[in-house]
Amino acid sequence: MSGNEAVAKAALDAGVALGTGYPGTPSTEILENFSLIGGLAQWAPNEKVAMEVALGASFAGARTLVTMKHVGLNVAADPLFTSAYTGVTGAMVIVTADDPGMASSQNEQDNRHYARAAGIPMFEPSDSQEAYDFTLRAIELSEKFHTPVFLRVTTRICHSKTVVIPARSATEPQKPEFVRDIKSRVMIPAYARPAHKRMRERLTQITDWNERSDLNQTIKGNDDLGIIATGISYAHAREAAPEASFLKIGLTWPIPIKTIENFTKSVARCVVIEEGDPVLVETLLAAGLKVEGKDPMYRFGELNVGRVRRILSADTSPEPAPAKGKPPQLCPGCPHRTGFKILKKLNCIVPGDIGCYTLGVLPPFEAMDTCVCMGASIGVGLGMRHVLPDEKARRVVSVIGDSTFVHSGITGLVEMVYNPPKTGHVVLILDNGTTAMTGLQEHPGTGRKLDHQPTNQIIFEDFAKSLGIERVEVFDPTKEAEKFERALAEALKSGELCVIIARRPCLLAAKKIREYEQQAAEANAHE
Amino acid sequence: MSSQTNRTRNTGVSPVRIRNTGVSPVRKHRKQSTEFTGETPVLRTAVTNVVIAGLGGQGVLKASDILAEVAFRAGLDTKKSEIHGMSQRGGSVASDVRFGKNVLSPMIPSGRADFLVVLDGEQVDVNRHVLREGGVLIGPDKIDVNALGNRRSLNVAMLGILSNHLEIDLPFWLDSIKANLPEKLHDANIEAFETGRNAAGD
Ligand SMILES: Cc1ncc(C[n+]2csc(CCOP(=O)(O)OP(=O)(O)O)c2C)c(N)n1
Ligand code: SF4
Repeated sequence: MSGNEAVAKAALDAGVALGTGYPGTPSTEILENFSLIGGLAQWAPNEKVAMEVALGASFAGARTLVTMKHVGLNVAADPLFTSAYTGVTGAMVIVTADDPGMASSQNEQDNRHYARAAGIPMFEPSDSQEAYDFTLRAIELSEKFHTPVFLRVTTRICHSKTVVIPARSATEPQKPEFVRDIKSRVMIPAYARPAHKRMRERLTQITDWNERSDLNQTIKGNDDLGIIATGISYAHAREAAPEASFLKIGLTWPIPIKTIENFTKSVARCVVIEEGDPVLVETLLAAGLKVEGKDPMYRFGELNVGRVRRILSADTSPEPAPAKGKPPQLCPGCPHRTGFKILKKLNCIVPGDIGCYTLGVLPPFEAMDTCVCMGASIGVGLGMRHVLPDEKARRVVSVIGDSTFVHSGITGLVEMVYNPPKTGHVVLILDNGTTAMTGLQEHPGTGRKLDHQPTNQIIFEDFAKSLGIERVEVFDPTKEAEKFERALAEALKSGELCVIIARRPCLLAAKKIREYEQQAAEANAHE
Repeated sequence: MSSQTNRTRNTGVSPVRIRNTGVSPVRKHRKQSTEFTGETPVLRTAVTNVVIAGLGGQGVLKASDILAEVAFRAGLDTKKSEIHGMSQRGGSVASDVRFGKNVLSPMIPSGRADFLVVLDGEQVDVNRHVLREGGVLIGPDKIDVNALGNRRSLNVAMLGILSNHLEIDLPFWLDSIKANLPEKLHDANIEAFETGRNAAGD
């Protein structure tokens, strides 16, 4: 089972009433699997909304699971921090799927920082079995201490397949119910001040609990070398140094400092093996423990057995360059291609966004100038338009995908209407009817839910018009390529606020979309 | 599930392996991890490492799923690891499958693969470095794609070749192929598997 399948299975076995999130590699398959095996799973328009929906359900006593990739947690950070104050009634497990090495991400931020910053406990499984077990344990901990709990996984945990033996959750979920509890849930300053104190007390209690728990395992080897490891690094380190003594920490925040101190005293040399930032080692050093970390060169990218060996032998010689594979490209015949051909031909300045279409940055198109985070294309484009000399400003086109537009382009469009640049602006929505990048997920613009069943649909052109944008046009980029090009050229000249939608399904999704539509039509006919 | 899966499985480390790691008990540290390539017979017999590589859309991940399930069905501890998540076709893809009595890291250390199965000619050189000295390369030149009923079952045909090198009984292969593919593709893929199994000629 993959780590993602294991989390989904545990959530189902523990009676999680609602799974919500937003797609993002490597977390996406958790909710897809949860739905497939019978759980109620939903895609939210973005991670912040997902977090809020889960929080509401947890306030009402239900067990919830909310999943996202590491950068998704930035989007959800606002409800996150205050949820640590309010606490929860039913369990709330937040899965953050980090991507060290950036297999499929725009940064490699280490979300262990969030556990400390927000004061939320964090589990870190080291294989699929632990992904399963720790999901159950996270649910228990969450309800025992009334706190949201993190399950931090990484690409290799999510996508590696290892053997899993399922178990039974120890406790039964309670029935959802509304119980008024204004002082814990309404965070006006007068109530938030004591809530902050409660949160810190809770963390102290959880630390004590963690010191006594079986989540942290010591494996006795020889006492020359002790290794403290978390997550996937544990598997690499066990293989790199099988004779060493090990302390594997399962609940990595709040840190079981006494357990760790005892371990460091039992060995002559103690090395902390952690992927990413030196989060754990710095905390231990600050606490005055005698431990070693890794050279800063190992902060970048994933760890593996070879790199752990190098860390243990303090080898800082340059590493061999990784073999260069063939980079992904837009599929032949991808509907996004036309747009980039035109943007290049018209010599546009292109603040871009994240999705398959980011590949428009590569040859032969090289038609993208910025890509920062989801939704940034519109704000960045407006910023450029505000300050560039007119003749350059008139070349700026913000390019954004359909799923990304719903995720965080909507507020950008509102900004465009509210603070229009004097040269106008052009937003190009590449609507391929799916979230292609992450493996063809539905979103509010497709009119289908996570399980591909029909639901209400957001119509982008109507939405743009409802904001007062007058120049709103829709084209099929393949069938109407010339019209599309002319319209874009005219929009740039017009000095108006314009939204152009290039609508044609992703090649890989087209057949499935037709099938879903047919099924929906048949179901309608029966009614 | 198999008996190899109990939670204490990580302790069964053979003593010979210990000597072959970079960290010696006497704290005299060797410089290069590559130094150990080819001198770890016990590691080799304890864990079999297979890398399957090719281009997106060729069925690399499907092939590695099938292989991992074959090993699992045969009662071995099995781990499989890959980077995936991009939908677009055509980029390099590689997947690590490891099986044996007790597998630790899901990733095959560089220069430690016993077998490298490559589905696309141009991906051979990109991936060659994963093979240990004496490791076996199974490239697409080993199969005449035109001999396959359907080119898309090249991935399974390559598994057929690999199966000749592994001491795992045929039924495990056939069951796993069926379990990982929709029924309408069973016949074509079993045929491709047999073609591969016979192509190797030994
Ligand atoms: C905050 C955040 N959440 C999730 C992701 C993962 N992600 C990258 S692009 C993308 C959506 C792509 O869909 P769309 O905009 O429709 O473009 P397409 O891939 O279909 O061309 C997602 C979910 C991310 N990078 N950042
Ligand atoms: S998966 Fe779809 S959107 Fe992505 S490159 Fe291929 S055809 Fe284009």
